Amino acid sequence: MKMHHKLLTMITAAALTAGVASGAMAADPIKIGVAGAHSGDLASYGLPTVKAAELVIKDINAKGGINGAKVELLVEDDVCKPEVATNTATKLVSQKVNVVIGHICSGATKAALPIYRDAGVIVMSPSATNPDLTQSGDYPNFYRTIASDDAQARTEVDFAINNLKVKKIAVIHDKGDYGKGLAEFAKKFIEQSGGKAEVVLFEGVTPGAVDYSAVVQKIKRSGAEAVIFGGYHPEASKIVTQIRKKRMKTTFISDDGVKDDTFIKVAGKNAEGVYATGPADVSSNPLTKKYRDKHQKAYKAEPGAFFDNAVAATLALTNALAKAGSTDSAAIAKVLHTQDVATPFGDIRFDKKGDAIGVGFSMYQVKDGKYVQVQ
Amino acid sequence: MDYFVELFFSGLTRGSIYALIALGYTMVYGIIGLINFAHGEIYMIGAFTALITSTVLSIFGFPLPAIVILTLLASAIWASAYGFTVEKLAYQPLRNAPRLSPLISAIGMSMFLQNYVLLAQTSDFLPFPALIPDFDFMEPYAGFIGSSDMVILVTTTVVMLLLTWLIKFTRTGKAMRATAQDRKMAMLVGINVDNIISITFVIGSALAAIGGLLIASHIGQINFYIGFIAGIKAFTAAVLGGIGSIPGAVLGSFILGLTESFATGYVSSDYEDVFAFSLLVLILIFRPAGILGKASIEKV
Amino acid sequence: MISFKDIQKGLLVSLWFVFLTFPLMVIKVNPIERVITWRWQNMGWVALGSFCYYLATKIYKARKLARQQQIKLGLIKERVDWGQRLLSERKIYLPVLIVVGLGFLIFPLVLSTYQTNIMVTALMYVVLGLGLNIVVGVAGLLDLGYVAFYAVGAYSYALLNMHYGLGFWTVLPIGGLLAASFGILLGFPVLRLRGDYLAIVTLGFGEIIRLILENWNSFSHGPSGISNIPRPGFLGLHLSLGHSITYMYYLMILMVLFTIFVVNRLQNSRIGRAWFALREDEIACQAMGIDKTRTKLTAFALGATWAGMVGVIFAAKTTFVNPASFTFLESAIILCIVVLGGMGSIIGVIVAALILILMPEYLRAFSDYRMLVFGAVLVIMMVFRPQGIIANVRRTYKIPDAIKPKLSRK
Repeated sequence: MKMHHKLLTMITAAALTAGVASGAMAADPIKIGVAGAHSGDLASYGLPTVKAAELVIKDINAKGGINGAKVELLVEDDVCKPEVATNTATKLVSQKVNVVIGHICSGATKAALPIYRDAGVIVMSPSATNPDLTQSGDYPNFYRTIASDDAQARTEVDFAINNLKVKKIAVIHDKGDYGKGLAEFAKKFIEQSGGKAEVVLFEGVTPGAVDYSAVVQKIKRSGAEAVIFGGYHPEASKIVTQIRKKRMKTTFISDDGVKDDTFIKVAGKNAEGVYATGPADVSSNPLTKKYRDKHQKAYKAEPGAFFDNAVAATLALTNALAKAGSTDSAAIAKVLHTQDVATPFGDIRFDKKGDAIGVGFSMYQVKDGKYVQVQ
Repeated sequence: MDYFVELFFSGLTRGSIYALIALGYTMVYGIIGLINFAHGEIYMIGAFTALITSTVLSIFGFPLPAIVILTLLASAIWASAYGFTVEKLAYQPLRNAPRLSPLISAIGMSMFLQNYVLLAQTSDFLPFPALIPDFDFMEPYAGFIGSSDMVILVTTTVVMLLLTWLIKFTRTGKAMRATAQDRKMAMLVGINVDNIISITFVIGSALAAIGGLLIASHIGQINFYIGFIAGIKAFTAAVLGGIGSIPGAVLGSFILGLTESFATGYVSSDYEDVFAFSLLVLILIFRPAGILGKASIEKV
Repeated sequence: MISFKDIQKGLLVSLWFVFLTFPLMVIKVNPIERVITWRWQNMGWVALGSFCYYLATKIYKARKLARQQQIKLGLIKERVDWGQRLLSERKIYLPVLIVVGLGFLIFPLVLSTYQTNIMVTALMYVVLGLGLNIVVGVAGLLDLGYVAFYAVGAYSYALLNMHYGLGFWTVLPIGGLLAASFGILLGFPVLRLRGDYLAIVTLGFGEIIRLILENWNSFSHGPSGISNIPRPGFLGLHLSLGHSITYMYYLMILMVLFTIFVVNRLQNSRIGRAWFALREDEIACQAMGIDKTRTKLTAFALGATWAGMVGVIFAAKTTFVNPASFTFLESAIILCIVVLGGMGSIIGVIVAALILILMPEYLRAFSDYRMLVFGAVLVIMMVFRPQGIIANVRRTYKIPDAIKPKLSRK
């Protein structure tokens, strides 16, 4: 069913493009690649980005495109696998894309970036948070509209030490790329805090395991006042539930992967009081509203993960293309670094490394079955 | 000491979860000598059917006890139906094929069922309702063992005893043992071997469904992949205890659960699976037929 | 051919499947929002699908039975399998071989970089399939952890390059050797186990390797993997992406040819025949004086070598490795290639690898159903055509008539 739908939107987009193009001048279309997981078990992280890009581009094409040129989307699936991502990247490069929105997972992005770099293509990810991507300096062509993991870990640790005033912290992760990276940063920051707090336990849990009570016992024995968990909501809800079932009062602090309404629904009353970092609440921003409404209207559903980030990425890239007046990557990069663009996150520009300035994290807490921003 | 006891109970919980699934593996292996790789998937399908039934019933406003009973029935019925169909489609035609064939067919069936549920339902984690309530009398012990842990532990014990009774003392059990010993001979003395094998699959699948319901309710969430992970562990447990032997499966499960729990508690959970599989390799080196398994001597 | 009774039974079968799939296919619940979606149309599809499948198998079985009876009565001769005919008649296979060979030779010159890149992936799976074929197809040892050796190869290039700056060409044989030694390491304790035990232990071994790579950060950089692995160099020249992929393509072609050559020679060697014998009957094999352990170990080690070498190529091609690429699923795909191709059949494995890897790439709409189809392929092949699409031709040895009487007199 999904495929039919995608096909339909593609056809309408194409028809729209053709219809307006015949009226306007026939400039070469601008090709924007959209790469990420669109099938398989991680599709739910990748598909919202496709929808965001489609909605934004539809608007732009309806207004006559960028500098008279129509925008064409090339949607490619990488299933979040590094080895497939290189194929995807090669395909997009050989189709001569001008810029790329994606990839979704950090691993896949890392594998694909050298290919884009060699071809001089600018890539902007709405969701790849691995710090190395911008901080290593290996990928000058990479930008992102989401803050990196270390920024998130910094928020969590600062909050735990300064606001909650906890002394003993257990750092738990899910052994995954995202979770473990985050946990390692959290550990580092706690150790650097100058004795304000200490890491009493650093351990990975096996995702999908039937029972976490042994780890929970270990947390209990370590005497931790708070747990910082790096990973996604399925494991988080299992751990929180078992902590509460053991009648422990340990504070649970987690990340963006947990700041998801599904977490509250799955963990139920056990979720109460859990802290999680997430992108600053932007729901009052007019652009956010505009595109969320459009999504609601077009798909009769709430937008999924990284939708706002993807809208921001599409807007930033199309704006840069328009202001640069060409598809030359040096010119686009210059605009990205120097000029502000209005996005769901407010007016943003990108720093030298490629991280968006002004896109950060805030702390949320579950209160009465809802995430509420902590002041 | 407290810590040791806590870890012991957490190991027991894990072990009893594995045991509920491992019993199905071991039964099928005992009768037809086939590793039913799809067994983990049957467990997953049982859990999914339970989720669907309980949600539909609760939307229609049934009271909790009715929901629990009807859900248990529905998931056992459908899981058995799947087990029965899988056997007819993928294993029965291969009864006389080389040993490798049904094994590969089973792996294929497992992949097929996993992706079937992924496509027919969803890849996301779904919350599973708490069908086992927190009992008040368990409250003082909550630090050691929860209500659902207790229910699982008791169920495993009861199921093991029932199965042993079924196989040792009933007519069907006798027929099963005969089929296991010598299929041709069993046919000659008038046992409908096909039926006996089907019954084995149906019982094994129903057990998996009960396990699916209890475990999903204990964990609180399911997705299409739970069967694979739990299945591999349960299977490891069954092999550990000596596949084909019912007390062996339970013993192996407890050993595996305790090993993982103590490894996590005293070493690190980073390598809990490494410990589990290393234990398997070690035991198989010194006792190739598992702890309680009988070494079979091949005669020419 | 189809009687009324068959149709009646077909309807019953489809009714059963409608019942079976009812909760999962028709109902979809959202336990969070507490809404139920009823998808009645799926019921129709299930009914139609199962009915057609039933009739198709019925017809297939009936035709097979009829043919067997005719053969028995001597009405027709046993039909030679098309795959075997293709292989046995020089007049047919020579031109086919030339055309296919030429096609592969000019492939990157005619088609885009992307197509070439996909083909490189497919060729990698060809070699992996041929490697696993030695273990599963020829020696009959079900190895479900083959991907571990692949990981060993990939990580040996990534790590040796990172720490010691070793180049692709140096690591290629090292990766193969390392994988082989891992094969022997694993082989020693487990090879005295029976088939099914072997399967689960190899599966566990594959998982152990992946878990170590995931958890041992100081050694393998953990789940975030190792990036910036150099592509293979060509006489020290810096190659552009397109050229580098083309270069890689020809490299893979050479690798495939080399593998075919080696595997083919092996199969017809003393050790190869020992493998076949082992697969058929272990006890008889031992009675004939074949060293069981050594024979099995060689199969394991040789199979692992290929996986190790392809692992090195994988790391060089992707320029990035992380443990997520080496899951059980990968082992299952390679196994699927061997089974579909026909266990022990070289040409079959090549064809199967190309089909299974290229098809989902070109039919993107189909990519959601990829693993579903892989699973179904394994079952259907085992039930209906266990010998694979192109069955292995067993070498037969005929005793010439001239010496027959002499032999019988003795």
